[in-house]
Amino acid sequence: MRFVILIRHNPQAVELWRQLSVEQREAGLAAYTALNEELEAAGEMVVSAALADPALARRVTVRDGETIATDGPYAEVKEHLAGFYLVECDSIERAVAYAARIPEAAHMEIEVRPVLDRISVDM
Amino acid sequence: MTEVETVLRELAPRVLAVLVKRYGQFDQCEDAVQEALLAAALQWPTEGVPANPTGWLVTVAGRRWTEQWRSDQARRRREAAFSREETPEVSGDDDELTLFLLCCHPALSVASQVALTLRAVGGLTTAEIARALLVPESTVGQRISRAKQQIRNAGTRFELPPPDQLPARVAAVRQVLYLIFNEGYTASSGPALHRVQLTAEAIRLTRQLHARRPGDGETAGLLALMLLTDARRAARTGPDGALVPLEEQDRTRWDAEAIAEGTALIEDALGTTEVGPFQLQAAIAAVHDEATSAAGTDWPQILVLYDLLVTVAPGPMATLGRIVALSMVDGPVAGLRALTDAEDALKGHHRLHAVRAHLLDRAGDHEAARAEYEVAARRTLSAPEQRYLWDRSRR
Repeated sequence: MRFVILIRHNPQAVELWRQLSVEQREAGLAAYTALNEELEAAGEMVVSAALADPALARRVTVRDGETIATDGPYAEVKEHLAGFYLVECDSIERAVAYAARIPEAAHMEIEVRPVLDRISVDM
Repeated sequence: MTEVETVLRELAPRVLAVLVKRYGQFDQCEDAVQEALLAAALQWPTEGVPANPTGWLVTVAGRRWTEQWRSDQARRRREAAFSREETPEVSGDDDELTLFLLCCHPALSVASQVALTLRAVGGLTTAEIARALLVPESTVGQRISRAKQQIRNAGTRFELPPPDQLPARVAAVRQVLYLIFNEGYTASSGPALHRVQLTAEAIRLTRQLHARRPGDGETAGLLALMLLTDARRAARTGPDGALVPLEEQDRTRWDAEAIAEGTALIEDALGTTEVGPFQLQAAIAAVHDEATSAAGTDWPQILVLYDLLVTVAPGPMATLGRIVALSMVDGPVAGLRALTDAEDALKGHHRLHAVRAHLLDRAGDHEAARAEYEVAARRTLSAPEQRYLWDRSRR
């Protein structure tokens, strides 16, 4: 089964990150490295990515057939996606155990969502 | 699949068994066989298939193994220790069965069992497996190397387990093969170019297992179930890629040859061996497949088979299938009543809502049906089913 693990940040989380000491940041990054290595060694990693600052995002809309792309920053945004994992595990419990090891879990909520699969069994 | 690929996939497990018996060390041998298969895939199409293809592969794989062996001093010492052990004499049939059991070793994760079975017994490359499973090649590579490491750590010898453990281990192989089949039985539309058909691979491997265990009713049942289900493949997806339910399928597009083979298999198994869940599911599929129209389906017989299935292998899918059959025999109201009775046991199962929606529709309560279809659509984990359920909720 596939699950996506979503890591969201808000202004408080960003502020917290800024105030961390160098050692604390290193520890956080080391936790990520260990998690990634373990997921890869277990053959459970499909893909993962850390996302660039939301100020670099473009928002795209199509109105009356016309594409409009707006540049950031977007002051009104309360929360933004900071990164994600797509994992393949035998159970959601296992995906949750991985999510619990993401450093942000200590102060933010990590979301684990099942991914729709292509399979359908006849009945 | 090209002719060379067909030959290579057939020979892969035999060559691997020969090598493991000669040298021990499953993991090293498996790597060597993969390299030999790759070499053959490059050479044979231009130079022709050698007169003795198995001998060719064993020689090339043996050479690769020796190269590896020479390059590793530590391994050499381990090998010296191994060669002093007695290797039991076993028949070729036992070797292939042993290979199946090793790949589906209980210490491995399900994903690893699938990947290793497809490679070591199926003779597929890591790249082919990755494309078929829609995961990166590195992920499949990791699953295989980890699986081999776990097999090594478990201290597994290349021999059959004691007779009292054999049935459970073969049952684990069937589960993996069924999973591979279902993984391939998708409602995806469009040509899957250069992709291995997992349903075809699962059927091929189940044929091999059946050939090794001909008296095994559940293996025959699984093979029959796959054939009888796959026979409907062409009719179950519409031109737009949408799922077509059984009662709306164009039955002239069903594969009559596969149906005949599956039906013969299941009739024989039911008459000669102890009954089991795969046999009953195959028998149900056979009753569906022999009906030339949805209206001509022998629902009383299907109900009898489901009555047996809920006794032999109770579970939500069996319970729901039985309720559908009951509603076809006694009407939708009887079905809805049975569904209410079974609700506690089925709590949280998305198909509970899909079945109730279907029964409400047939009972004429279309508004309630639409609401239930919507609940089912929100709860399913299958994209094609979700699309179907959303469609029904708007009808």
